[in-house]
Amino acid sequence: MNKRSHWQANLRLVAGCLGVWFVVSFGCGVLFVDVLNRVTFGGFKLGFWFAQQGSMYVFLALVFYYAARMAAMDREHGVDEDDAGA
Amino acid sequence: MSLELLTYVVVGLSFALYVGIAFRTRAGSTGDFYVAGKHVHPVANGMATAADWMSAASFISMAGIIAFLGYDGSVYLMGWTGGYVLLALLLAPYLRRFGKFTVPEFIGERYYSDAARVVAVICLIVISFTYVAGQMRGVGIVFSRFLNVDIGVGLLIGMGVVFCYAVLGGMKGITYTQVAQYCVLIFAYTVPAVFISLQVTGVAVPQLAFGSEVEAGGEHLLTKLDRIVTDLGFSAYTDGEKATVDVFFITFALMVGTAGLPHVIVRFFTVPKVRDARASAAWALLFIALLYTTAPAVGALARLNLTTTIQHGPVGAPDGNLRYDERPQWFRTWEDTGLLAFEDKNGDGRVQYYNDQNPDFAATAEGFGWRGNELQADRDIIVLANPEIAGLPDWVIALVAAGGIAAALSTAAGLLLVISAAISHDLAKGVLARRMSERRELLVGRISAACAILVAGHLGYNPPGFVAEVVALAFGLAAASLFPAILLGIFSTRVNKPGAIAGMLAGLLFTIGYIVCFKGVFVAPFLPNEPEHWLLGISPEGIGGVGMLLNFAVAFTVSAVTARPPDSVPALVRRIRTP
Repeated sequence: MNKRSHWQANLRLVAGCLGVWFVVSFGCGVLFVDVLNRVTFGGFKLGFWFAQQGSMYVFLALVFYYAARMAAMDREHGVDEDDAGA
Repeated sequence: MSLELLTYVVVGLSFALYVGIAFRTRAGSTGDFYVAGKHVHPVANGMATAADWMSAASFISMAGIIAFLGYDGSVYLMGWTGGYVLLALLLAPYLRRFGKFTVPEFIGERYYSDAARVVAVICLIVISFTYVAGQMRGVGIVFSRFLNVDIGVGLLIGMGVVFCYAVLGGMKGITYTQVAQYCVLIFAYTVPAVFISLQVTGVAVPQLAFGSEVEAGGEHLLTKLDRIVTDLGFSAYTDGEKATVDVFFITFALMVGTAGLPHVIVRFFTVPKVRDARASAAWALLFIALLYTTAPAVGALARLNLTTTIQHGPVGAPDGNLRYDERPQWFRTWEDTGLLAFEDKNGDGRVQYYNDQNPDFAATAEGFGWRGNELQADRDIIVLANPEIAGLPDWVIALVAAGGIAAALSTAAGLLLVISAAISHDLAKGVLARRMSERRELLVGRISAACAILVAGHLGYNPPGFVAEVVALAFGLAAASLFPAILLGIFSTRVNKPGAIAGMLAGLLFTIGYIVCFKGVFVAPFLPNEPEHWLLGISPEGIGGVGMLLNFAVAFTVSAVTARPPDSVPALVRRIRTP
């Protein structure tokens, strides 16, 4: 039962993270780049910034968040590698 | 000390370091040889992965490609980092949980089939040899440009060093040399980037300098760059020329291809726990992003420097262009190597650098008395000549040479190791001679690593004419064959042996067919490589993403009409889904 709920929670987390992954790269950096380029901040056109800087910062935040959140979820669902000896 | 001697010293010291590490980390077992005994700390593995991944192309060519492509260069930045999100979330933790040695081993076991395993081995070998040929070439080029030795001699030295740590140390040796190589290459990349940022904008951090004001005039770097390149008939730096659909699919194919590259995936087999595999993927992306967020800044700064050096006055003014006999020293140096070439088409003794392919600008240029673009600049010059253009001290130039070699050697070693593991573990031990002893297998592994080095050296010395073309092939194949097979193996219990094999073959043949059709590998292209002939406007570089979708569709359809996989499969899948 723990394993099943752990897997379901994992899938939800992955889906959320991949949604953000898609929006910042394919959304902001490619599909809507021209719209976002009308906005400028600090010397960057926003769409261009997402394509060459911003998407990578968000990717980084995503993978660290995923790793931390999963480590916590392993414990919550009792499937942590250290306790189970599995 | 002369620059050449200094370069020898710096490169020699870095080699001594790598060989020293090799002797301290000899592999004693197949576990050491294939996966470094699964004892690698996640942060160290992150660094090793970054060095493993960042090749001569990332180090030497990427900033230059972006400098000349502008926004269109974003496909490499997003594609080659976004793949790590897929790797961290969808593949790495589960493959680590599976707990064996190679990627084909997972495919063979999950699809209960030696045939699937052999198909995976073939994909892996094609992808990896394609890639390694480019790396060995990179080693030879850096040697010949910085040290004035023959490309062949440079290659032999590089092969010797890789031989030491890959054959003796296996994965264990490679891991710790890659950690050292990462430190060398990131230092060598960052130092000139910081200097050039300071010079142009007064801001030390390249990622911030990218959006800063250029010292004189208060204009922002990118605004100024857009202005001066459009004045010369080029498209604006921050706008692209590629169609949106093509940018989308190239980015997608590079992301999925990155996540499906066996030499990257296998690095996550080396950490002690599933949790470490997740963390390690995050660290790897951090170390990669240090270079990848710097590269576009370097590209923009260097493009500005190069353009304003040539076009130092108003466009069209008779004295607005650089006089050839007053060209700076770095111009002369790089002319000697052939990376810069000048041809005085209108005979005015000055250099005109503009876009002569732009019909709208042609009349204007004609009016100035210009008779065509006179400067050919190789994109590699952006990183290689940067320290000289910026007037940096000699030790920085020596460092860039050592960094380029580190980037090429670390990637080559990782590729050679997955090739040798596929041969000794998947083919020899897994299919041909199952009863082979561990000592025997280790010996076969070492012999195949040595043979792979020889083949790679040969490919580096006599690069087949299509090396540049087949890079698209390597990513396309990884995206269309290995990535979907692994992903379905984890996230579906229903996809079975015939489905997986049919899917891999369909993805593989479609992708190879499409690339050969337009790029012609071994044969002449069948169709001109122009957007009007492409499927849905997708270029051969982006077709791997379509190949992946085709793989999914075929795998699901064939699995649905054939028998369910045996009971051992759902059990295996459930096991790898939980840490």
